[in-house]
Amino acid sequence: MTPLATAIPGSSNNGYVAAAYIVFFAIVLIYVAIMAIRLTRVERGLRELNERAETPRDGATQGETRQDGLGEDDAHSQARERETV
Amino acid sequence: MSSRTFPPMNGRGLRALSIATVAAIPIALALVFFYAPIEAEEGFLQKIFYLHVPLAIVTLCGFVLGGLMAIMHLRTRERNWDLRSYVAIHMSLIFGVGTLITGSIWARGSWGHWWVWSEPTLVSFLIIMLLYATYQPLRFAIEDPERQARYASVFAIVAGAFVPLNFLAVRLSTEYLHPRVLGSSSNLPPKMAFTFLVSLVAIALLYATLCCYELTAKRSRMLLKSRSRTLGFQ
Repeated sequence: MTPLATAIPGSSNNGYVAAAYIVFFAIVLIYVAIMAIRLTRVERGLRELNERAETPRDGATQGETRQDGLGEDDAHSQARERETV
Repeated sequence: MSSRTFPPMNGRGLRALSIATVAAIPIALALVFFYAPIEAEEGFLQKIFYLHVPLAIVTLCGFVLGGLMAIMHLRTRERNWDLRSYVAIHMSLIFGVGTLITGSIWARGSWGHWWVWSEPTLVSFLIIMLLYATYQPLRFAIEDPERQARYASVFAIVAGAFVPLNFLAVRLSTEYLHPRVLGSSSNLPPKMAFTFLVSLVAIALLYATLCCYELTAKRSRMLLKSRSRTLGFQ
């Protein structure tokens, strides 16, 4: 059985413990930040794609209804809504 | 799905997983620092154990998981399995770096050295990390997506099989300096064992959550590219 301390030992090693946990959370934080930047780029790409997809079809899609009963504008707004959630 | 609609960036499952992870990590930290007793020999330094060991376990399991997913890819030829295998290995590499750094800090505090070359557990883990460090250069050196996926899967399977063999070899070796955690020689007091298990769950949840985010991001990017091509914007 692992022996347990009966009194609180000296705190000479506290720095190592703090360093280990800080390093780990820093790695996770850096990774999450990189992920956020990449997701922002994808979102921007989606937005640009939506805008470019809308432009040439503006005249043609007025009043056009899809098979699911939604107009193209409805579909785009739904897509944008899902994109920002 | 219409060609002009795009998938959501996240789902209900991912949100639930994220919430579970965000809840589990503070609980694990609270248990580590306020509940788990202090060990007699190493004192407060032993608290690194609750971070370092779960990280190492999750890393190695991730590598094996990557190999299993690669088997699924070769069997089914579905691109999704290759993507999952890639993400599992990619995330394990990141967690592996965390394992090496926290292990070195622990070694410095406990043994007075950042690295001990005569210690089989440390060296074997480094060998595994170096082996997997070649995965991404190998993968991205191949341009053809089909070949890239196939070669990467073969690598993931071979390297994934090496991980448990390597673990067993180290276990069977006689020179031990490294503290044993799991197995017949481990007799953690109940409070320590419980804290360790919660920490392991928290780290595993973090791994799963980050894998899911990475997968979602990768799929979104792939879809964005394919939609751009379909609409003639690229």
